[in-house]
Amino acid sequence: MTRQTTVEVTGSPRETKRGTEIRLEGVTKDYGLAAPAVDDISLTIEPGEFMTLLGPSGSGKTTTLNLIAGFETLTAGTISLDGADVSDVPPHRRNLGMLFQNYALFPHMTIAQNVAYPLRQRKVGKQEIARKVAEVLELVQLTGRDDTHPSKLSGGQQQRVALARAIVFEPKALLLDEPLGALDRNLRSALQTEIRRIHREVGSTFVFVTHDQEEAMNLADRIALFNNGRIEQVGTPQQLYAEPETLFTARFLGDSNVFELGQADLGGAVAWEGESWGVDPATVAAHPGVGKGSAIVVRPEDVEVAAGRDAVPVGANAVRAAVRDVEYMGSYRTLLLTIGDRGLFGRARVSALRGDYAIGDDVVVWWRPRAQRIVAA
Amino acid sequence: MSSNKIRWSSWLPLVPALALLAGILLVPLGKTFVRSVSNPDLTLANYEHLFTDGVTMTVLGRTALTAATVTIAALLLGYPYAYLMTRVSARTRGILLVVVLIPFWTSVMARNFAWIIILQDGGPVQSAFEAVGIDDVVLYGTTAGVTIAMTQVMLPFMVLPLFSTLGAIDRKLLLAARGLGSSPTAAFWKVFWPLSRGGVMAGVMLVFTLSLGFYVTPALLGSPQQSLVAQLLAQRTTLLLDFAAAGALGMVVLVITLVLVVWANRVGGTVSAIGVVATSQPKDR
Repeated sequence: MTRQTTVEVTGSPRETKRGTEIRLEGVTKDYGLAAPAVDDISLTIEPGEFMTLLGPSGSGKTTTLNLIAGFETLTAGTISLDGADVSDVPPHRRNLGMLFQNYALFPHMTIAQNVAYPLRQRKVGKQEIARKVAEVLELVQLTGRDDTHPSKLSGGQQQRVALARAIVFEPKALLLDEPLGALDRNLRSALQTEIRRIHREVGSTFVFVTHDQEEAMNLADRIALFNNGRIEQVGTPQQLYAEPETLFTARFLGDSNVFELGQADLGGAVAWEGESWGVDPATVAAHPGVGKGSAIVVRPEDVEVAAGRDAVPVGANAVRAAVRDVEYMGSYRTLLLTIGDRGLFGRARVSALRGDYAIGDDVVVWWRPRAQRIVAA
Repeated sequence: MSSNKIRWSSWLPLVPALALLAGILLVPLGKTFVRSVSNPDLTLANYEHLFTDGVTMTVLGRTALTAATVTIAALLLGYPYAYLMTRVSARTRGILLVVVLIPFWTSVMARNFAWIIILQDGGPVQSAFEAVGIDDVVLYGTTAGVTIAMTQVMLPFMVLPLFSTLGAIDRKLLLAARGLGSSPTAAFWKVFWPLSRGGVMAGVMLVFTLSLGFYVTPALLGSPQQSLVAQLLAQRTTLLLDFAAAGALGMVVLVITLVLVVWANRVGGTVSAIGVVATSQPKDR
């Protein structure tokens, strides 16, 4: 049997402070259905980066992760690790760690045996295995349970074991497939912090798949947002939130008020239901106007609410609205609004201390042109 | 364990079944045992005789060997078949299930006479071997022929428990093993096979114990010179009317079976009467 040649086993994970570059070029996966599951994706994940693949279900993010892992074969394109093409390398020779949503711990093995598994497959010596297992279990803060079987542990503990097993052999990168999806909210948040800490300590490249935008923003150095088998936008969480390129991105990350403009001239002012609004050129996305046209996106926290037009400052974009409902969120209130003649649904976030709004109140909402974003619709 | 305490009233629904079991199983079994050790005085002569008559031990050995061969053959055929059943579409799975159950639904006599026709001298099997230059393949009236027919009959008892066990194994575990550095072969032997052991033990126990007591097939397809335990029992009860000797032999077969079941439970999880594995996970120490 041919097997992976020797693997560097000296030194602890903590000493290896470098990651692997993962490069996807023209990556396509076609199952022969109406549209390819992954459609000509190119993406470079930097060494040591925490990259999140975010998107709705069926957008191709998990397929992309499985392609990187080698669990799926490419229809077209190449995947390389540190410049070496691994497109045709089977998964067990890619040397990548993988974390699954259902943990995938081996039920017939103890915790220690589970964590030792990748080392045994690599013919690491017994004492070395014992040392590394103890070390990595300490890293994930799960000591003293070595001889327990996985079924005796809670979901959070099981995922810690799976994490230990996935990093103990110092893989080139760690691939995480919605690893926190099965956990409740508090535990998820605790493990997010944990994963970030381990990413910092291990220093290797992490690729994390999730459909939860909050989780993505909380964890990632950069987010690749998937839609219909393609990457909609890649950037830091701040970039994706504050400078979305497309309406899909704006809608997927956070709440927004969306005013569709159609094929509008974005030179000076734009018109929406009879209102004339100013445009700040800096807020126009790179390629607006493609497809159906463009749209103005304003985040709820950037929208101000006034009683009448006379309270709106000069140069602000304004439109009349009615209060449909008020959500009290503690430190702030969210006004749910019906905007304009056709009753567009909107939101405004206002301080909890400022003014009382009743359902049915007629108001005017306004924002500065630099607070809006003009995206491709 | 205190959590396992059950109120006496929860035993009530079991009473009819227990009464039936006592009436038709335990009482006759007890009487058989009593007769096997009385002459009419207490004696172990019947048991001594089994070991000294020169026939019984040979037949028992032949029976055990035949049952073991059938078990191994059924496992080798049934494991890949059950594995395939877990991997195909629901429609194909239904077809595969029907195919394996057909022997179940066919009358025992019809099946055995069909085998006689297939295996007899000048039958299709012999002709096929002669066509490729292998003469003198005699299967009818031999232990080999009996083994082949018994394997076919026993296959469902192997496939069904295996299917229920293999189908319950999480496929993600194999992906995980691949990702952790195992070749497909290594992933199978290190992860899939150990997790399927409960089903294997259930199938092996079912097929082996049922094969030990097989009567019709060896009686029709085998020969009196190569008889198995069930034929010996039939001969002693219906021809020789030696109920004490037959009882002693029956007791020995029963003890062998019980020892095997206990052993299987210890090494392979809990095997229930219908062969479904209660748990494939090892208990915590």
